[in-house]
Amino acid sequence: MSIARQLVRGLRNLLRRKYADEDIADEVDSFFAEAKAAFEARGLTAHDAARAARIRVGSTTALREQVRSYGWENLVSGMLQEMRYTLRRLRATPGFTLVSIGTLALGLGATTAIFSVINGVLLKPLPYAHPEQLVSLWMTAPGVKIEDLNMGPSVYFTMADDSRAFQAVSIWTSGTTSITGNGQPEQVSAIFASHELLPILGVKPQLGRLFTAADDDPKGTRTVMLSDGYWRSHFGGDHSVLGRRLLIEGNPVSIIGLLPPSFQFMDQKADLLIPLRFDPAKTNLGVFSYLGVGRLKPGVTLKQADADLARMLPLVLQRFPPPAGYTVKMFEDARIAPNFRLLKDDLVGDIGNMLWVLMATVGIVLLIACANVANLLLVRAETRQQELAIRAALGAAWTRIARELLFESVTLGLVGGVVGLGLSWTALKLLLASDLVRLPRAHNIHIDAWVLLFAMATSITVSVLFGLIPVARYGKPHIADALRGGGRSMSPSRDRHRVRSLLVVVQVALALILLVTSGLMIRTFRNLHDVDPGFTNPAQIQTVRIAIPDEQVKEPERVMRMEQAMLAKISAINGVRSASITSSVTMGGYEANDPVYAEDKSYREGTLAPLRRFKWIAPGYFKTMGQRMLAGRDLTWAEIDNQRPVALVSENTAREMWGSPQAAIGKRIRVNLKDDWCEVIGVVSDEHTDGVDKKAPTIVYWPLFQKKFEAAPVNVQRSVAFVIRTPRAGSLSFRDELRNAIWSIDANLPLANVETVEALYNRSLARTSFTLIMLAIAGGMALLLGIVGIYGVISYSVSQRTREIGIRLALGAPIAQVTTAFVRSGLILSAIGCACGLVAALVLAPLMRSLLFSVSPSDPLTYVAMAVALIFAAALASYLPARRATKIDPVEALRAE
Amino acid sequence: MNNTNTDVIQGTLDMLILKTLSLEPMHGFGIARRIEQITQNVFKVNAGSLLTALQRLERNGWLDSEWRVTENSRRAKIYRLTTAGRKQLQSEAADWQRRSDAISRLLKAQA
Repeated sequence: MSIARQLVRGLRNLLRRKYADEDIADEVDSFFAEAKAAFEARGLTAHDAARAARIRVGSTTALREQVRSYGWENLVSGMLQEMRYTLRRLRATPGFTLVSIGTLALGLGATTAIFSVINGVLLKPLPYAHPEQLVSLWMTAPGVKIEDLNMGPSVYFTMADDSRAFQAVSIWTSGTTSITGNGQPEQVSAIFASHELLPILGVKPQLGRLFTAADDDPKGTRTVMLSDGYWRSHFGGDHSVLGRRLLIEGNPVSIIGLLPPSFQFMDQKADLLIPLRFDPAKTNLGVFSYLGVGRLKPGVTLKQADADLARMLPLVLQRFPPPAGYTVKMFEDARIAPNFRLLKDDLVGDIGNMLWVLMATVGIVLLIACANVANLLLVRAETRQQELAIRAALGAAWTRIARELLFESVTLGLVGGVVGLGLSWTALKLLLASDLVRLPRAHNIHIDAWVLLFAMATSITVSVLFGLIPVARYGKPHIADALRGGGRSMSPSRDRHRVRSLLVVVQVALALILLVTSGLMIRTFRNLHDVDPGFTNPAQIQTVRIAIPDEQVKEPERVMRMEQAMLAKISAINGVRSASITSSVTMGGYEANDPVYAEDKSYREGTLAPLRRFKWIAPGYFKTMGQRMLAGRDLTWAEIDNQRPVALVSENTAREMWGSPQAAIGKRIRVNLKDDWCEVIGVVSDEHTDGVDKKAPTIVYWPLFQKKFEAAPVNVQRSVAFVIRTPRAGSLSFRDELRNAIWSIDANLPLANVETVEALYNRSLARTSFTLIMLAIAGGMALLLGIVGIYGVISYSVSQRTREIGIRLALGAPIAQVTTAFVRSGLILSAIGCACGLVAALVLAPLMRSLLFSVSPSDPLTYVAMAVALIFAAALASYLPARRATKIDPVEALRAE
Repeated sequence: MNNTNTDVIQGTLDMLILKTLSLEPMHGFGIARRIEQITQNVFKVNAGSLLTALQRLERNGWLDSEWRVTENSRRAKIYRLTTAGRKQLQSEAADWQRRSDAISRLLKAQA
């Protein structure tokens, strides 16, 4: 009741101040009249009674003011009044206002944008219940130098049966699969997982049921769940979809449920969720090529979970046999150990470092922007010094003046923040629409309540920060000084310039830090470009991937013939220079690793040879990609047709095993004790297939069609990519012809990864390019703002010293000397700033070490070049206003004031 | 004038006003005069404090006010205690009683 009354009365007074004031005035008058009447009643004359009443009551004006000042609405109306006053003053100087708001908006916008990325990617929890219990089941195998070992079915089965730390574990992988029987064959994305996946995540189907253990049974009926998107686009959201069948890779599969629209898992695009149907009876110790996810029991730590798996790993080796050609001892020697990490950490990966570096960068830009605005505010306060002094002399409390100055800066900050929010919204849209960088959890990046809170808090904090500088300087005016001459008759003292000079030094120092970091990124980018990636002119290499499923074509021989026929058709397309086939395109993924034994080396009984990366190729692959043949020769079609036991190796493999490319020729290698020895017929230059910034793996190239390989009688690659060198690569017409060429052999094959190798290359450089662009923008802004700062200080000091310069010129000082004096003061400031900046950069740059590539964070060249560039720019920024001083006409200057 | 302290004890003005108004509705000056009369000029009420206190008490919902013409045909804002005000007076009076008793006991205490 009383709060309501407070509010209502307060608001009424706010809106109808005049009415409230009249009411108070009436009451005061009536009080006075009653007092006077009381004195008259005691027998005083009207005149004396009025006098006595005035003594009793006091000044009615003061009384009115005192009564009026009660109530919260006074605070508000005071603020409103001040705001109006502030706005009016800001409107009176549109140049200053626009420049400050623009500067702040850039700084605040950049900070807000990066923060919303960090918020969405790093800070927000995963969208599942108790995400802290979700764990990615990675392992490690130091014995065979595998840092991150994937999950295998043998480990999964053992964990599912014997784990004490987990509520449940699931094994999964993602990929594509083909759907036929509905017009054009279609390649769709899918998550393949054991039935525990959805319960682990706590996801409920929007229709139908979850998978059960029966769905994982390889002898049971095949089942599938559809994503909401696939259901809507292919079944029009029809609820009778349950029980209907899809033809997946030639097998009829019945639809048992629909995933909820919100379903997402590890950023995988998935149209279908398909059970992984492992047969425990046929499982062996091999195939560590899946991913694992588990939900810990409440209160169990990662360490305890690690210990739990460590206990179970020996059980795995007891329960499952080694794959053909391997021994249990080899697995023991691999020293497999758990390496669990939280699901979120696994998803986010190492992008955190880059994002925090960017955050620091935009934070510095914001600081520089603030320094600039503080400088402008100082000038502004200086011009108002006399006014402020007069008000102080008339008794205005200094808190009131300080409040007014702060109000102005906070207003600027808030408006800048709002404009900045708009900028960051636009920037985020552009960032997410572009494929400049693939951010994990990108769909989580929004401007949400946290971002708004951050933007507001930052705006207010920085505006108070830069607002306090003029307050500290002018909030308590030195009345006498200010009134005496308003600095008119004197050149400004050293002291008056000190704050502004300090700000410029800080700006230059911060700008140099950003210039150095962007310089380091430029060096990194150049170094990456200098790496020979394992192909030339990638814009002219087209790739397309197909997979011929078992169900469609059973015989390996026929698969090989089909692929050969497709290659022939493709080679015949107009404009194709050369074409070939490979199991995996450089930088295109699809990696396989296995041990390779050399005939001329001796291996200890039962031990594992070093792992090599495997690729299967057809003749002409190296020519098409542009890899150099360092020794020996390429594969021939005759060797493929006859399944000859031959192989090629990469240069680093040759050097590691035999010392030189030439020495490798004629040596014989194999993967498995039961295989034929394969003769090394050629050595080619290395390829950085894991990314330009990663070491080139040691690769062995096998013919596309083999016999007696890895203990199998015949080995053919069913999933292959065609690589085609042509100037038409990437064009739509070429894609069409490519599709027709492949479909002329088999019209049931969906095409995947239709892209150029350049796209793969750019993707591998994406993170560096993105960081470079962001740092370069930040560095450029910092440089610009820093230069503007120097220009401002010098130019202001020239304008303040017009009289002095006039006198000096009149007395015959040479013009050059006057100019030099100004340039020198600008240079001194920037030199001090540079020195501080260099030290700070040396301290800070190591934080971005993980983003750099073969350049040291304290690379002297970068530091010197950037410092020199900055000083040069600073000299120019001081010379321009200094030149103005020389144009001063002494007579005019002296008369001016 | 003598030098006796006639300031209203801090924090008690509200209670004095509420008590005075519990006798009958009256206007601002009437309240001041009544307090001075009843306390036999021990307390002199400052006009500014009084009028501000009236604003506050009214905002708190303890008083209602109304412009009326008084018996001597002048217009005056007459304040009246509300039910909430009566309750507030009771609790403030009880509180004051408790505290002043405690102080009296302390002052009378002998070694």
